[in-house]
Amino acid sequence: MEIKQIKVTVNGEPRVVEVEPRLLCVHMLREVLGLTGTHLGCDTTSCGACTVLLDGLPVKSCTLFGIQTDGHELTTVEGLGWPSELHPVQEGFREEHGLQCGFCTPGMMLTAAALLEDTPNPTDDDIRWAISGNLCRCTGYQNIINSVQWAARKMEAVHGR
Amino acid sequence: MAVDEISVGGLGARVKRVEDDRLIRGKGNFTDDFKLPGMLHMEILRSPHAHARIVSVDTTKAWAIPGVHLVLTGELMAQRNLAWMPTLSYDTQAVLAMDKVRFQGQEVAAVVADDPYIAKDACEAIEVTYEPLPAIVNPMQAVAADAPLIRDDKDGQTDNVCYRWEVGDKAMTDRAFERAARVVKLDCFYPRSHPSPIECCGTIADFNPATAKLTLYMTTQAPHIIRTAVALVAELPEHMIRVIAPDIGGGFGNKVPVYPGYVVATLASILVGRPVKWIEDKTGNLISTGFARDMYFRGELAIDHRGKIEGLRIAVDTDNGAFFSDAQPTKFKVGLLHSAFACYDIPYGHLTSQGHYTNKAPGGVAYRCSFRVTEAMFFQERLIAAAAQDIGIDPAEFRRINFVRDFPWRTTYGMLLDSGDYDKCLTLALKKLGYEELRREQAEARKQGRYIGIGISTMTEPLGAGNSREFDIIGIKMFDSAELRVHPSGKAVLKIGSKTQGQGHETTFAQIVTHELGIPSTDILVHHGDTDNTPFGMGTYASRSTPTAGAATSMASRKVRAKARKLAAHLLEVSEDDLEWELGRFYVRDAPQRGATIQDCALAAYTNMPDGLEPGLENHAYYDPPNMTWPFAAYLAAVEIDPETGVWEVLRFVAVDDCGVRINPMIVEGQIMGGLAEAYAMSNMQFITFDSTGNCIGANYMDFLLPTAWETPKWELHEVVTPCPHHPIGAKGVGECATVGGPAAFVNAVMDALAPLGVRNIDMPVFSGRVWEAITQQHDVAGYPPLPGH
Repeated sequence: MEIKQIKVTVNGEPRVVEVEPRLLCVHMLREVLGLTGTHLGCDTTSCGACTVLLDGLPVKSCTLFGIQTDGHELTTVEGLGWPSELHPVQEGFREEHGLQCGFCTPGMMLTAAALLEDTPNPTDDDIRWAISGNLCRCTGYQNIINSVQWAARKMEAVHGR
Repeated sequence: MAVDEISVGGLGARVKRVEDDRLIRGKGNFTDDFKLPGMLHMEILRSPHAHARIVSVDTTKAWAIPGVHLVLTGELMAQRNLAWMPTLSYDTQAVLAMDKVRFQGQEVAAVVADDPYIAKDACEAIEVTYEPLPAIVNPMQAVAADAPLIRDDKDGQTDNVCYRWEVGDKAMTDRAFERAARVVKLDCFYPRSHPSPIECCGTIADFNPATAKLTLYMTTQAPHIIRTAVALVAELPEHMIRVIAPDIGGGFGNKVPVYPGYVVATLASILVGRPVKWIEDKTGNLISTGFARDMYFRGELAIDHRGKIEGLRIAVDTDNGAFFSDAQPTKFKVGLLHSAFACYDIPYGHLTSQGHYTNKAPGGVAYRCSFRVTEAMFFQERLIAAAAQDIGIDPAEFRRINFVRDFPWRTTYGMLLDSGDYDKCLTLALKKLGYEELRREQAEARKQGRYIGIGISTMTEPLGAGNSREFDIIGIKMFDSAELRVHPSGKAVLKIGSKTQGQGHETTFAQIVTHELGIPSTDILVHHGDTDNTPFGMGTYASRSTPTAGAATSMASRKVRAKARKLAAHLLEVSEDDLEWELGRFYVRDAPQRGATIQDCALAAYTNMPDGLEPGLENHAYYDPPNMTWPFAAYLAAVEIDPETGVWEVLRFVAVDDCGVRINPMIVEGQIMGGLAEAYAMSNMQFITFDSTGNCIGANYMDFLLPTAWETPKWELHEVVTPCPHHPIGAKGVGECATVGGPAAFVNAVMDALAPLGVRNIDMPVFSGRVWEAITQQHDVAGYPPLPGH
């Protein structure tokens, strides 16, 4: 099958990637770019384990072709924090026991990070609604809500907003 | 001075999890994350039919696709004697089908190619001709006179029954029913479900032709059992097999069995001499791997005029799918179903069970429970609720009349309870809910036409198999193991035979060592999941890790402490008898300021040992528990039903759990909340059903519904603590209690709301449509397959 070259910014770094047009974004990230923090759960846009940020908005990379990201920016869990510092959402998940097996966690955290960009002081219901496209089988969600609230408080303290 | 246990991360400390640092950075190592040099990819072709004769399999076009290395069929597997494999329940299961397909999704062929896309293309190019046969989708059809024989491959099999099992005293039970003032009956169906971890099953089989060593990276909850099973099935020497279970994206029982894909990938790697990765997709996972439940209950209670239960009868039909490959202890053909009614004092009981082959996926697993305990406790609590309703007694009071109160206690069906305080647990739950007040609100609401219901579920369940006298799987006794090695600088490595899938073993098992030795938990690294590097264990499921491997960790630590005592005596130049132990330190009885820390002893073990003492500071333990642990719980749900739509909303949910001593309360609470979410899922939406042709409905996450954060209720958790009398640190299993006891609380709440209408049962999931039917038609609603209209 024909190979196409695309330009995509991944975690702030401009990349030139060769992809088959049918290659899913999740496979481009995992297999071509070696970013295995993005997980593949259900193949049907239902579970959200493959959630990444496309130009800052959460999308499910299992139902997006790699080629569709040409000219766009992708953020994966590997780009969520910084080498020496975690993103407050990552810290929140650790502090509030927001993960158990950790498989849904990258997608869950990216969705939460996008929410907090938009809604710095969310209610519990805001969070529940925002992450309702991300399934978790381990936690019963309550500690995930607490984790996102922890991050919101931390971001408010740091940024004074 | 002794170290402060909480500050060094010992028993009771809410230690943040060691596992999290890699997982929140996207640096976990899940099976699909491994990429080995030269690795190929495998896909499986599955049957579209539930029951059909295979006329022909033509792989010509698949072989012709560039990038295809191997196409495997049943015929090729048969040449290696691998077309069939033994199951964990002493049956056989087809690896790749040859004669017939017996369920939709059954493995028919496999392709190994350069990448998964090519492998999928090639699977579609395989031409299989089927001759469809009538499908059987429930036990009633299976035993009908004209039912087709599903297992015509088995010599001597003349019907579709795969086992018969019974326990209890039939004659005495019959007499109890003859004497009874009241007899209360309930029939209900616990629908088929699927554990459905978000990560599907998969493996990388890496057979190295140069060394003849087979390495299997695998999503398995039980790596040591897999090693032994592969050695037996594939006739490979066991020391040349290494199973590595890396990070696992949830298991819940689904990742215990041996699946055909594992066997095919292994043979493929041997044949091509390169690593072969097989990662199943969600549909493959849902339609072919270990399901759960699918049980039809008929039960009755004999009750005297005071409300005391005098007799119990349960008859169960189980739907086991096309192959009897339940993952359960050998002796018990329907798991630990006979733990039903354990918390109630019932003099006589009888239980019969019959298993059935059907044209549905095989592999009944303990989905977040201890071998069918979930089904046992669900039916128990539904029957108790129905009885209280029928005889007009408050359901909390009815339970109190019948609770077991003296221990040890032999249950109706012969299990041994060693501890419990069910009344205390229920009383706390009722108080936290504000039960009396809520009952008054409910009565008021009824006058206004509002449907509020309160559901109670109380239970005790056996967790932590074995003991080895009663429990084995394929002959291997159910113990578990730990090996502890303390380095010269006092840092330690613990290796265990169990395997986390999110339970946090790397954190909590270190805390057990901390409790025993005083070494800070941050100084202990826990290894697990690699059979070349850990002692033999039966793995993690059935809430058995803390009861078995956790106990082994204590015992191994105590052996290390016993040796450290010798070293301390040497360092302090006193007799061992003159030493006392406090956490982290030995001291001289008469001069407490003179002491040697565990770290001093560790250094001495390598640098300054007394004459005649072997160097080093390490030991191991294989722990065979004397009994199961018996955690118990009371779960209360309050719901309100919208009579216009049948939608029910959870107003409150109170959970009181007694899992004995809590090692890491944060992790315990997390497990309880996760279990409650799965209980809610079962009661409300999550199930797999079939149409009359055996077509699976629930084959992806658009049909197989799982609750999101939006629907999932808030949980209110409380605890009581009754230490386990035989576990070294008084702990019990806990990971699954809420899934076991939870569903009945929700269903009982809905049924309580509908009680004035005379409705006694709605099968799970209690969909709004079923509730609406019950309200409008004022009758019970059954939910077994085939679905009406199909």
